Amino acid sequence: MSQVNRLPKGGRVDRSQPLTFTFNGENYQGFAGDTLAAALLANGVDIVGRSFKYSRPRGIVAAGAEEPNAVLQIGSTESAQVPNVRATQQALYAGLVASSTNGWPNVKNDVMGILGKVGGGMMPPGFYYKTFMYPQNLWLTYEKYIRKAAGLGRAPLEVDPDIYDHLNQHCDVLVIGAGPAGLAAALVAGRSGARVILADEQEEFGGSLLDTRETLDGKPATEWVAKVIAELEKMPEVTLLPRATVNGYHDHNFLTIHQRLTDHLGEIAPRGQARHRVHRVRAKRVVLAAGAHERPLVYSNNDLPGNMLAGAVSTYVNRYGVAPGRQLVLSTNNDYAYRVVLDWLDAGQQVVAVADARSNPRGAWVEEARARGVRVLTGSAVVEARGNKRVSGARICAIDLKNHKVTSSGELVECDLIVSSGGYSPVVHLASHLGGKPTWREDILAFIPGEGFQKRHCAGAVNGVFGLGDVLADGFEAGAKAAAGAGCKVVEGSMPKTEKRKEEAAVALFQVPHEKSTSRAPKQFVDLQNDVTSAGIELATREGFESVEHVKRYTALGFGTDQGKLGNINGLAIAAKSMGISIAEMGTTMFRPNYTPVTFGAVAGRHCGPLFEPKRYTAMHRWHLEQGAEFEDVGQWKRPWYFPKRGEDMHAAVARECKAVRDSVGILDASTLGKIDIQGPDAREFLNRVYTNAWTKLDVGKARYGLMCKEDGMVFDDGVTACVGENHFIMTTTTGGAARVMEWLEIYHQTEWPELKVYFTSVTDHWATMTLSGPNSRKLLAEVTDIDLDKDAFPFMTWKEGLVGGVPARVFRISFTGELSYEVNVQADYALGVWEKIVEAGKKYNLTPYGTETMHVLRAEKGFIIIGQDTDGSVTPDDLNMGWCVGRNKPFSWIGWRGMNREDCLREDRKQLVGLKPIDPNKVLPEGAQLVFDPKQSIPMKMVGHVTSSYMSSTMGYSFAMAVVKGGLKRIGERVFAPLTDGSVIEAEICSSVFYDPKGDRQHV
Amino acid sequence: MQQYSGFGLFKHSLSHHENWQRMWRNPTPKPVYDVIIVGGGGHGLATAYYLAKEFGVKNVAVVEKGWLGGGNTARNTTIVRSNYLWDEAAHLYEHAMKLWEGLSQDLNYNVMFSQRGVYNLCHTLQDMRDSARRVNANRLNGVDGELLDARQVAEEIPYLDCSKNTRYPIMGSTVQRRGGVARHDAVAWGYARAADALGVDLLQNTEVIGFRKQDGAVIGVETTRGFIGAKRVGVVTAGNSGHMAKLAGFRLPLESHPLQALVSEPIKPIIHSVIMSNAVHGYISQSDKGDLVIGAGIDGYNGYGQRGSYPTIEHTLQAIVEMFPILSRVRMNRQWGGIVDTTPDACPIISKTPVKNLFFNCGWGTGGFKATPGSGHVFAASLARGEMHPLAKPFSIDRFHTGALIDEHGAAAVAH
Amino acid sequence: MLHIFCPHCGELRSEEEFHAKGQAHIPRPLEPNACTDEEWGDYIFFRDNPRGIHHELWVHAAGCRKYFNATRHTVSYEILETYRIGEKPTVTEATVGEKKATTAGVTA
Repeated sequence: MSQVNRLPKGGRVDRSQPLTFTFNGENYQGFAGDTLAAALLANGVDIVGRSFKYSRPRGIVAAGAEEPNAVLQIGSTESAQVPNVRATQQALYAGLVASSTNGWPNVKNDVMGILGKVGGGMMPPGFYYKTFMYPQNLWLTYEKYIRKAAGLGRAPLEVDPDIYDHLNQHCDVLVIGAGPAGLAAALVAGRSGARVILADEQEEFGGSLLDTRETLDGKPATEWVAKVIAELEKMPEVTLLPRATVNGYHDHNFLTIHQRLTDHLGEIAPRGQARHRVHRVRAKRVVLAAGAHERPLVYSNNDLPGNMLAGAVSTYVNRYGVAPGRQLVLSTNNDYAYRVVLDWLDAGQQVVAVADARSNPRGAWVEEARARGVRVLTGSAVVEARGNKRVSGARICAIDLKNHKVTSSGELVECDLIVSSGGYSPVVHLASHLGGKPTWREDILAFIPGEGFQKRHCAGAVNGVFGLGDVLADGFEAGAKAAAGAGCKVVEGSMPKTEKRKEEAAVALFQVPHEKSTSRAPKQFVDLQNDVTSAGIELATREGFESVEHVKRYTALGFGTDQGKLGNINGLAIAAKSMGISIAEMGTTMFRPNYTPVTFGAVAGRHCGPLFEPKRYTAMHRWHLEQGAEFEDVGQWKRPWYFPKRGEDMHAAVARECKAVRDSVGILDASTLGKIDIQGPDAREFLNRVYTNAWTKLDVGKARYGLMCKEDGMVFDDGVTACVGENHFIMTTTTGGAARVMEWLEIYHQTEWPELKVYFTSVTDHWATMTLSGPNSRKLLAEVTDIDLDKDAFPFMTWKEGLVGGVPARVFRISFTGELSYEVNVQADYALGVWEKIVEAGKKYNLTPYGTETMHVLRAEKGFIIIGQDTDGSVTPDDLNMGWCVGRNKPFSWIGWRGMNREDCLREDRKQLVGLKPIDPNKVLPEGAQLVFDPKQSIPMKMVGHVTSSYMSSTMGYSFAMAVVKGGLKRIGERVFAPLTDGSVIEAEICSSVFYDPKGDRQHV
Repeated sequence: MQQYSGFGLFKHSLSHHENWQRMWRNPTPKPVYDVIIVGGGGHGLATAYYLAKEFGVKNVAVVEKGWLGGGNTARNTTIVRSNYLWDEAAHLYEHAMKLWEGLSQDLNYNVMFSQRGVYNLCHTLQDMRDSARRVNANRLNGVDGELLDARQVAEEIPYLDCSKNTRYPIMGSTVQRRGGVARHDAVAWGYARAADALGVDLLQNTEVIGFRKQDGAVIGVETTRGFIGAKRVGVVTAGNSGHMAKLAGFRLPLESHPLQALVSEPIKPIIHSVIMSNAVHGYISQSDKGDLVIGAGIDGYNGYGQRGSYPTIEHTLQAIVEMFPILSRVRMNRQWGGIVDTTPDACPIISKTPVKNLFFNCGWGTGGFKATPGSGHVFAASLARGEMHPLAKPFSIDRFHTGALIDEHGAAAVAH
Repeated sequence: MLHIFCPHCGELRSEEEFHAKGQAHIPRPLEPNACTDEEWGDYIFFRDNPRGIHHELWVHAAGCRKYFNATRHTVSYEILETYRIGEKPTVTEATVGEKKATTAGVTA
């Protein structure tokens, strides 16, 4: 079977370029320029899928974005799979592999179809709400079978080989749609010198002009299209984007365009190219020229393959040279639909009859059809399609529109194609993404875009303007207005001449009446993809679902991948009729992005995989890698977690590292701590206000630990700040809190205390920090520095400037391990060299690099807190037993002071930070273990706190923990219990949180 | 009330479904009710239902400015779980969870509550600590929870990228197996139908435009359909609560933010549970229709527009592709936004107010849907008795003055 | 995505460069210690949260790092003005004439 439906001539396809493709395992041939849908129709493929609920056979209905049935799986390899591709929007390429998404064993002979016929009656809208309830525990089982029927296509199971990118664009005028109105608008705007983007979802520009019978300036319309495109292409400020769908209209004239760069070339993008691109456009003005979708009529069995939209058939004939049938019947309520009759006759096919719902249509096209011998039955409609897997006949009856009745017994005509047109629905989607409510116009039986506060102009069919001459004029006007609005001087051009023709208004017809009541007539489909019928909609209103949103949600009307482009208006017309109200009163549902679906990868762009989020490395990172360090993610930083030697696990490595620090000396890369340079005459006063403790008396050359609270009195950061000069301080913050603290300082300075003369500069990346810690740290440092390290010359909590490893350095004598420690800060780009010099010199002291895990153990032995681990935003300094760090008598009411004096913060039984010693010294309490006083109580238990930090101390030879315990500071010596998830309980004694060297002798040596 | 069952469905199919009754009436407002609930979303309807069913208060009206279940009930991502950290929150959400289990039968309406498990992934050591803390607290509070290691996660969640080369490799996960999803619209409709059957008047398209007070107590509401009297008024208007408070003459510690969500096109089931990640910042589940249901965090600014900003959608999908790289070629069908009323501690306000007999139930932020039955139940009890239900007491407005906050930001960091 | 005029940079820039920081014009009490718990709670937690004209604080985080105020409509999201810290808004609920239900409010 080879292209049985391909006409001998005509169409815009390239017959010299045949392309083979596969559908459901069979090979077919099409031509370059075909869509997949056109090629399938050319080959006489009737059934492209099975319906979602009733498994009824379905064929291609439309030729564009509104297609509900031809939703196919594409891809020849696993990683190239794409689910739910609309065949009407997929260009044919050589080797394309497509398949239907439902149907077993295949779409032609589907077993579920029989089930659908039998069980369909049991599946009205909402049937699942009414059943599968008993017994309660069986729902998951029922659901397992329900889920088997879920979904259309399938996701690939291998990772996407393609890349996607984003492009930020700014333009004066974004024109959406390159049909007659859009082309006209772009032309005027472009001629006026505006920076224009013209985007259209199709393979080619031209829209309806690509298949129209009408002429422009007496010539085929496509010639005008070509001329306009040629002129636009020459304009340097005009960007033309084919295969580019404007899918979202966001606030402040920000729009997204989903451009399919390579989908027409193959399933995977050519090497080095992005498959899709999302243009993120900020437009001064938008011209919305998105056109209109033809509405089908709703009659019985209107879902059989061979029922199509009238305009779609014209498109297949004129644009692709494909006639999807032989004998055509048209059912309509308007003049425009007659174009298909003339196109069909021109293609040499047979028109069986036209059923026109109007009593006396006399428009020009109607008369032309009559003149060519077409039988026009007035006051009539196709009430029912006949056929098994393809239309074989149509029953045409006279109908009474007013009383919604069939008034004649009618006749059954033989045909293989029924096309219908119930009018045109403007594509108002984008205009309502921002909440603008569409307005119903009874004169044209359509919703048009409502008032919008965006800077946009609607033109052409989307505006309810349908005649070609009027559309072009509307487009020219919108383009001029947009260009003027964007600040350009408008240059008008001349309009092409169009044909004058007598047109007659349509009559309102949505659901075609049937002899039987809606609930008993053969199924009349409203939303084909979701199997929503007119009977279903009537049932919804009967059950009290009266709001349009309720109808939609109860029946699933419009929830498909086509988002109800064909069915929504018919659906709400049926709902309105069944409630006896007008469509305007009923209103429409709101449209949300996307206009058509957008690939996840395209939305994500390049921010995937290695570029998902930046990694931050310290200056010594290379060295850590060479030493085989394991890394921990802290904020965006990669920090060495521990440095395992061959055969060591983490515990062994940490025990070794701890011992080295306690016995001799270790080195830690502390570069990730936030560092903020604070300068200005009021710097000291500022510190007084943001830290809990006092800074008035901190001399130059000294350093001090400080806590920072929020206004609620809860601790949120800590660190050491050193006085560099009278007006100059250097503040350190936690690694994860650096940005937060910086913003905190700025907001207070800029909004509360702008009168304070002080400036903040983040210098985290400028300085690299290496901490030497351990009893031998002084001896080691002395070998590489010119600074006098004598304990009296350089006492604890002071800092000095000098050379370290030959490089200018700031050395702080502060300690987070409780040992004699020096923090060496050097300019980051010298740091690796300095580090390596220290490591070299340290060999004789067994200098050991240690990571965050060892740091955590060592600091916990000393009871030093880690923000975020021992605090959680709900603890005050007093809760941490750090009252020594609270300046209760500072004159200025610093941030946190008032908050920590609120009623609840003064309770004596608050959770307080204490130490815990497990009774069994070999048992390590899990971090996060919850604590109770009475382990025997039943669940729910009364919990009194939890373990925040917990380790085995190789130094002390027993396990220990830090924990918050209700009233814990008054319970020193008492027992608490940690009931664990495995059912065991660990008992521990509450003790001071300082375990090692409580007097602090070691850090003061 | 017409009883629903599989047999009934069969019986009605013989009469072409022509004899199904209305699920609820369209009544005319009475001059005065014992209790008026402002807001016909899930929480409001549940409150009305439990008032009538459990607390014997049947002279009740629900006043809804639009359509029933049209606010966040219609816009959420349907996740149900109760694994909150702090006792007060855990008890409240677990109360809801217990009501979820059996809700379909109670309402004779299948709300499709599907306990397919909720996973919270851990990507850092601190994630692991926090998760252990939460799971331990959950279990001692009688809430189910497990902490899984990376290997178990890889076994239980197919196609999740558990490799070491992701930006934030997965170290483990918590799972609440009783958690899951429910059919959001059905929850509103099920409560509405059952409340209506008990005599509750559901007044749709009726907007409250003011509160009438006498001697510092509320005596009714001014609506677009005129004044309706009430002995007590309960306001359950989610994102619009701040606005309602303004009408009543006081302020709340609330900010209304846009919260966005999106769905893919329907695809064959591939995600079998709810998977969320705070660190990577996104979450995903798959509906019975096949849509991937995806969400993330709130937008930073206040907004009542039921829409947010596009970069939030971008970040969300970046997170989803980072977690499930195979989904890169799947397509997003629709995105939308709701209005969430967030509190400083990410916990709700269920409270008396400065106006006597006027009660507010709000501030559910991103956690409202999962609490629906529990919220309705404790609020009904409070409205019936005029005294707050014990589970509601910790959620009083007073806590923002005393400082007794219940900080659930950790548990609620990703909106869901 | 909002388009925000930074009054410090003098340019319209995309929202991605900014962070919203909540309601504007909430000065820190000059004497916190004189505040009751209720007053302090009001200061740190209670907000107007209007449905309509909102004066709010923004920071040009990925730009000049400066804070400024914006008057924005919370339903239409339209930004009516931006102005520096310390300046007063020229557009307010009163000047816009937001009447109707929003101010109908309590009737007795």
